[in-house]
Amino acid sequence: MAPPGQSQRSSSPSQPAGKGEVADVKTQLRNLAGSRAPGVDDSKRELFKKVISYMTIGIDVSSVFGEMVMCSATSDIVLKKMCYLYVGNYAKVNPDLALLTINFLQRDCKDEDPMIRGLALRSLCSLRVTNLVEYLVGPLGAGLKDNNSYVRMIAVMGVLKLYHISASTCVDADFPTTLKHLLLNDRETQVVANCLSALQEIWSLGGSASEEVSREREILLSKPVIYYLLNRIREFSEWAQCLVLELVAKYVPADPNEIFDVMNLLEDRLQHANGAVVLATTKVFLQLTLSMTDVHQQVYERIKAPLLTLVSSGSPEQSYAVLSHLHLLVMRAPFIFSSDYKHFYCQYNEPSYVKRLKLEMLTAVANESNTYEIVTELCEYAANVDIPIARESIRAVGKIALQQYDVNAIVDRLLQFLEMEKDYVTAEALVLVKDLLRKYPQWSQDCIAVVGNISSKNVQEPKAKAALIWMLGEYSQEMHDAPYILEGLIENWEDEHSAEVRLHLLTAVMKCFFKRPPETQKSLGAALAAGLADFHQDVHDRALFYYRLLQYKISVAEQVVNPPKQAVSVFADTQSSEIKDRIFDEFNSLSVVYQKPSYMFTYKEHRGPFEFSDEIGNVSIGTESADTVDPNRVEANDKDLLLSTSEKEETRGLNNSSSAYSAPSYDASSVSVPTSQLSGLVISNPSVSGNAPQSSFAIDDLLGLGLAVAPAPAPSPPPLKLNPKAVLDPTSFQQKWRQLPISLSQEYSMNPQGVAALTTPQALLRHMQGQAIHCIASGGQSPNFKFFFFAQKAEDSSTFLVECVVNTSSAKAQIKIKADDQSATRPFSSVFQSALSKFGMP
Amino acid sequence: MISQFFVLSQRGDNIVFRDYRGEVPKGSAEIFFRKVKFWKDDGDGDAPPVFNVDGVNYFHVKDAGLLFVATTRVNLSPSLVLELLRRISRVVKDYLGVLSEESLRKNFVLVYELLDQIIDFGYVQTTSTELLKSYVFNEPVVVDPAQFLPLGSAGIFTAKRMPVTTIAKSVVANERGGRKREEIFVDIIEKMSVTFNSSGYILTSEIDGTIQLKSYLTGNPEIRLALNEEVSIGRGGGSAYDYGLGTGAVILDDCNFHESVHLDSFDVDRTLSLVPTDGEFPVMNYRITQEFKPPFRINSLIEEAGPLKAGVIIKVRADFPSSIIADKILVQIPLPPYTTRVSFELEPGAVGNTTDFKEANKRIEWGLKKIVGGSEHTLHAKLTFSQESHGNITKDAGPVSMTFTIPMFNSSRLQVKYLHITKKSKSYNPYRWVRYVTHSNSYVARL
Repeated sequence: MAPPGQSQRSSSPSQPAGKGEVADVKTQLRNLAGSRAPGVDDSKRELFKKVISYMTIGIDVSSVFGEMVMCSATSDIVLKKMCYLYVGNYAKVNPDLALLTINFLQRDCKDEDPMIRGLALRSLCSLRVTNLVEYLVGPLGAGLKDNNSYVRMIAVMGVLKLYHISASTCVDADFPTTLKHLLLNDRETQVVANCLSALQEIWSLGGSASEEVSREREILLSKPVIYYLLNRIREFSEWAQCLVLELVAKYVPADPNEIFDVMNLLEDRLQHANGAVVLATTKVFLQLTLSMTDVHQQVYERIKAPLLTLVSSGSPEQSYAVLSHLHLLVMRAPFIFSSDYKHFYCQYNEPSYVKRLKLEMLTAVANESNTYEIVTELCEYAANVDIPIARESIRAVGKIALQQYDVNAIVDRLLQFLEMEKDYVTAEALVLVKDLLRKYPQWSQDCIAVVGNISSKNVQEPKAKAALIWMLGEYSQEMHDAPYILEGLIENWEDEHSAEVRLHLLTAVMKCFFKRPPETQKSLGAALAAGLADFHQDVHDRALFYYRLLQYKISVAEQVVNPPKQAVSVFADTQSSEIKDRIFDEFNSLSVVYQKPSYMFTYKEHRGPFEFSDEIGNVSIGTESADTVDPNRVEANDKDLLLSTSEKEETRGLNNSSSAYSAPSYDASSVSVPTSQLSGLVISNPSVSGNAPQSSFAIDDLLGLGLAVAPAPAPSPPPLKLNPKAVLDPTSFQQKWRQLPISLSQEYSMNPQGVAALTTPQALLRHMQGQAIHCIASGGQSPNFKFFFFAQKAEDSSTFLVECVVNTSSAKAQIKIKADDQSATRPFSSVFQSALSKFGMP
Repeated sequence: MISQFFVLSQRGDNIVFRDYRGEVPKGSAEIFFRKVKFWKDDGDGDAPPVFNVDGVNYFHVKDAGLLFVATTRVNLSPSLVLELLRRISRVVKDYLGVLSEESLRKNFVLVYELLDQIIDFGYVQTTSTELLKSYVFNEPVVVDPAQFLPLGSAGIFTAKRMPVTTIAKSVVANERGGRKREEIFVDIIEKMSVTFNSSGYILTSEIDGTIQLKSYLTGNPEIRLALNEEVSIGRGGGSAYDYGLGTGAVILDDCNFHESVHLDSFDVDRTLSLVPTDGEFPVMNYRITQEFKPPFRINSLIEEAGPLKAGVIIKVRADFPSSIIADKILVQIPLPPYTTRVSFELEPGAVGNTTDFKEANKRIEWGLKKIVGGSEHTLHAKLTFSQESHGNITKDAGPVSMTFTIPMFNSSRLQVKYLHITKKSKSYNPYRWVRYVTHSNSYVARL
């Protein structure tokens, strides 16, 4: 069947019109240009419309630029506006012709009608042509002083546009100062709002004058300015309110009373019909109360109802944006939402991206009292026509089972899934039963009875097959047919496409062999032979490893492959708490929707005012060490300074283990040989999901934490020499900081002299520089200071990065070290520590 | 700040395209459209309203078959941008009377005028239809509203969307007589979600309501809107699902209000006062989980009738007064995937019924033009299977879902008692319209 759409397509307006048509318009425009005949404006309108419509669909109509400008001499405002639109679009590519427009735009900037003045000024500033900036200064200056607020509003944005074209021209004309004045004095709230937007953007771009910039920011976040804006907040448009609220979220009140004042003032904003206002207010509330646990919890209670209303009242898109934020809150404090679980039930007509969020929320809020109902509901979705959602529902049931103490009922449900005889349901349920058995070995009898009835032929998905094979190996004692099923699977080795399944098969047949040697010996031989001949490197290696292990000593092989297992108590979280906190700090932004901190999806040159929140008031520049440093570019997440100590400690502990888990970097020299072999085995075989997380957790304890506490044992490393002239630009610092795992995270006690000497961050910077440790950014006020340092090895250029948070009241310094060369971390840490301890000493 | 704004037709053509900051490379509209189009093919369902491609964030909302899109490179508040897009579509509709590809194409220059005022260099300036009026000079070219459906046209494809077609009249264009008719519309629109379990017991129920206002009054007189006094907000600490029964009270779980609403006397006499600006806007949104009587009861049965056969019976009873008539009813039930043939049997004398078996997604669709309150309707269907069902038939079919519209009916019992307009003169007596409508949102009965 020939696609009939083809012919229609060609007539659609997205197809470029012929060159002839543009040329035609050009001639017609030229004819009209000088004409004063009656009705000429109407003809012009039609032609202008045509030009704009070509422009819209992407046809290049820059060739009629001259004619458009010639026709622009008119008093017809509709024509003028179309002309402005055109000129704004093409001036950049036609800088020479753009000069032609200056004249009439400048004239219009002096028009009697404020609207013409405003429109002309806006167009003038939108030309984006560098060599025309000199023509902007005059009209802009006048515009900022115009007695009409419409013109002033446009002029303020004009200043920002000018700054983008030529920052120096803008600063030389002292426009930012004028904006600061207008910010605090203009009657018209939209002018104020525009000043706020423009100034924030200018400051976030203007890295060079950073000392000054950070002072400006401090002023912006000072009590008088914040209160001035807060007291007028109701006069602002809803969009400008969001802007103000975003700023207030960064404000640090002096005492609890002030916090309550701000919250009382903003209380009614939570009843706003605009979701953006409500979320911005929510952010203020959450940020202000971070250090007040009880109040923080009350905030959750308070914002629950308004957020739920927004989720159900808006369009699906608006509701999704709010739901994403609710999801974040539910994940942080599930117990607060446990009685609201019915709100997270899926509706059959919701898009899958909404359902997915809701399933995760249902999983999170499940507790003793609501589990039964939630699981019943989830089981309904398991039979859903939407297969991906059905799968996720089954996974959700499994997750609930893993987080509950009382799982009787849930296990029954899962086993029922296995009997439903739908391929995908069986597949998902098998994976779950496997995980469940790892946590609750006591259920093995019930589960194994059901699993034993499943024919391996009906299981095709690699993950499910691997789970089934794992169970066959693990419970070969209890499952009668286990050796024979495995034998059948090994016979079909060639047809098994998934390396994961083959790996599991090797391990399972080993386990089975230890338990039932006579029945398995033949299969084991066949499996090892097949494995050795396997083209997949991991499979080959594992087969070889098993083979040699068996050759060496069977009892050792058994200890390695099938050691007694402890039940898994907690499964590792997929997201580190560091990342989660980051996302929470970026509440009311895309980070929440993407579930990623902004640095993962935004190029740094576009990290606008949002990142501003990170350093504001806290991090100033380490001018002594690097001249090129731009504070905006350094991502210092200073929010954790606001956390209460206990919270911080908890986070730190978690970070520690999770980061060590994701990057198994440890000092092998300090570990005895057998352990390191074992760990090598487990870590290099992530597909042994049966026990990998569990055992690597154990290793973690052994290596990560053990190292942090105990000083370096026997092998004393050669003394570390640092390059006193090391250089690192902030961008590379930032990149490295992001890429490298934390190699060491530790807390030092500082000596009292050092604490006393730390009146300003600068003092420590100079001291550390003397020790060849350079500061790239620093900030904070007593008692909390935060520093980012770097250092380079003298011999090669491998770099160390350090985040150091000093609390002068507790005299503690928390450091996180990241290093190119992980093995040198500890020598470096001792250098760092000794440098720090010398601070304040005469 | 946003970088670009554009509106795409269903086929992906640019209808308007405005680049505010020149930061996003050319071709963003194509990149966006391809992504949205192929999202489904990749098995992930609909594209979410926000996604990121190569560092560019794309936001979109769908309205009237059009895609309203904004792009940015910075990490903005998603709510802010999505609310803004929604608002832009509403402002455009206020000006054009109707929102459609045709009306937009005929008025794209006017839309550019609006966009110029709404956003400057990516920052929102104003979205008030009223304020924008003085900056817009193009006369809207009105598209014949006759082809548009009256109130309550929310079809099955817009199940969750608010019915926005209050009235297809531009706020700026004059009526044919050259004089504007003084009138004001107040619509109480309720979206209803109910889930029945297999024994007909209500598992969850919720009403999401909006009081929507559209004013064509000149001179912006103040109006007062009184709700019935039984309305109360919040349930005093109890769980959201404690049902307060028999008191006649209308208990809202929560509500929010439009910026312009004054609540000074709301606590005393449930009166909202406001000066309505031009254009359409929600005065108040509310949410109710208090128990209410669902307008329809659904009984359904699926039974095996031989090795490769089964029968389905769906019975719908209208539990509302006979003076009220429900519109555009559609009942759907997914059948086991191995269903090959379906034959239908309606009650004798049934009119305005349509029955269909959608082969592609194995679903029965039963449409009824009207259901009069108090009546009952039944559908019998005989299914033929290509394989035996192994007794799993109820697990492979269902649930029954239903969409409908009931004009002049609301289950919540929330009412507008009176609408008072401050009079400019004795003879000033504008038309006032207060209308109620209930739409199904998710109305589901499990098997």
